[in-house]
Amino acid sequence: MSTRSVIPFGPQHPVLPEPIHLDLVLEDEKVVQAIPSIGFIHRGLEKLVDKKDFHEMVYVAERICGICSLGHGLGYCDAVEHIMDLEVPDRAKFLRTMLSELSRMHSHMLWLGLLADAFGFESLYMECWRIREEILDMFEMATGGRVIFSIMKIGGLRRDIPDDMLRDFRQRLDSIEEGLKMVSKPFFDDVAVKNRLVGVGILTPEKADLLGTAGPFLRASGIARDIRSTGYCAYDKIEFEPIISTDCDSYARTVVRIKELYQSIDIMRQCIDKMPAGAVDVPVKPNQFPNGEYMARIEQPRGEALYYVKANGSKFIDRMRVRTPTFANIPALVDILAGCDFADVPILVLTIDPCISCTER
Amino acid sequence: MNTEFKIVKAEEIIDEAQRLKFDGYHLMQQCSTRTADGYELVYSFGKALDVLQVKIILTDGQPINSISHVFPCAFLYENEMHDLFGIDIQMISLDYKGKFYRTAIETPFK
Repeated sequence: MSTRSVIPFGPQHPVLPEPIHLDLVLEDEKVVQAIPSIGFIHRGLEKLVDKKDFHEMVYVAERICGICSLGHGLGYCDAVEHIMDLEVPDRAKFLRTMLSELSRMHSHMLWLGLLADAFGFESLYMECWRIREEILDMFEMATGGRVIFSIMKIGGLRRDIPDDMLRDFRQRLDSIEEGLKMVSKPFFDDVAVKNRLVGVGILTPEKADLLGTAGPFLRASGIARDIRSTGYCAYDKIEFEPIISTDCDSYARTVVRIKELYQSIDIMRQCIDKMPAGAVDVPVKPNQFPNGEYMARIEQPRGEALYYVKANGSKFIDRMRVRTPTFANIPALVDILAGCDFADVPILVLTIDPCISCTER
Repeated sequence: MNTEFKIVKAEEIIDEAQRLKFDGYHLMQQCSTRTADGYELVYSFGKALDVLQVKIILTDGQPINSISHVFPCAFLYENEMHDLFGIDIQMISLDYKGKFYRTAIETPFK
């Protein structure tokens, strides 16, 4: 008869600097149940609507996370712009789209590096993060920031990206693509990588849908749900198809993210080629305040993020609520942990690309 | 994005959730907003890229049943609403009893 025991896992993770705790119920070396525990660093940022006006809340939204900060600013602005019926200029839409893809590349490269680190592939980890540095350099050129960008504003962007910089970006994308081809080869071909990922942590399409899963985690289970397909920003003028895999395992999640990196490069090139001229913001009058409610949704690197804003016609809004993709992916994480080997737990937690900072907004 | 909100009574939420699940919707999120005399809950359901929003008006202290037995992922959102707003949500499939978020003050969003 097998022995049942409870092993506390976390809140520290071998390669993640953020806290998530799991109580793992084991039968010998098999996990039979996982009970998640978060809330170690909940910051209550949404409560700041009481003290910051609706313009200042853009900065608060950006500070939800240091990796997805651009998307959080964008999602919040999108919700308020819908409430205020502001039509963002086309150039700002294209620049927002381009920067969103740069953010996706930055996030996915970071994750690939962490995955390599988890396997003990230190040189591969460093190479992934070296490429990520090139992406951060582009962010710094475009926005002046490498973590918090402060380029989003209600009505568009705070600053334009000049055409000569966009041409430079196009050349830099070639260099990044070359680097990506080099680092993606071990992820696609290496036996050690496949041994750790193939067939591990199966999430069926039915479960993925029922559990409200989002992002690459969902698409690796064969569901082609990508919020970019709704055509927000300039995605309605960009040609792309959601990347999916029907293998449903940890390897599929890795492959989907790597293919999304190539897709992001392609989308950025399309944005640069199709970039319209013109202004990058529409002015908001000092006495113009939002009144109404709206839920915006965007495709963050880790999946669909929701931004609910309820405003009352004053400069202070009633509610900003952010549903982050990692929060949505926790139930599916718990599902894939049940039945896995204890030794696979750190890798499985990693394959959902968790962002606890977002979750603990 | 569908910006309309369907108003549902608190006692009808399980029926509504079951109907939506039968129609192929998944749960996207649940959230709460403090109002002058209670709370507004917004539940978002998705089907492919479509969204359906359900709004429930609660008075102060009015309980509501959990939908976590219909949509298992609801337990996270419902524990969050309980811990931040103090909403009395009954029969949550995994109830953390106020220990989901380790906040310095109890129900800080109330």
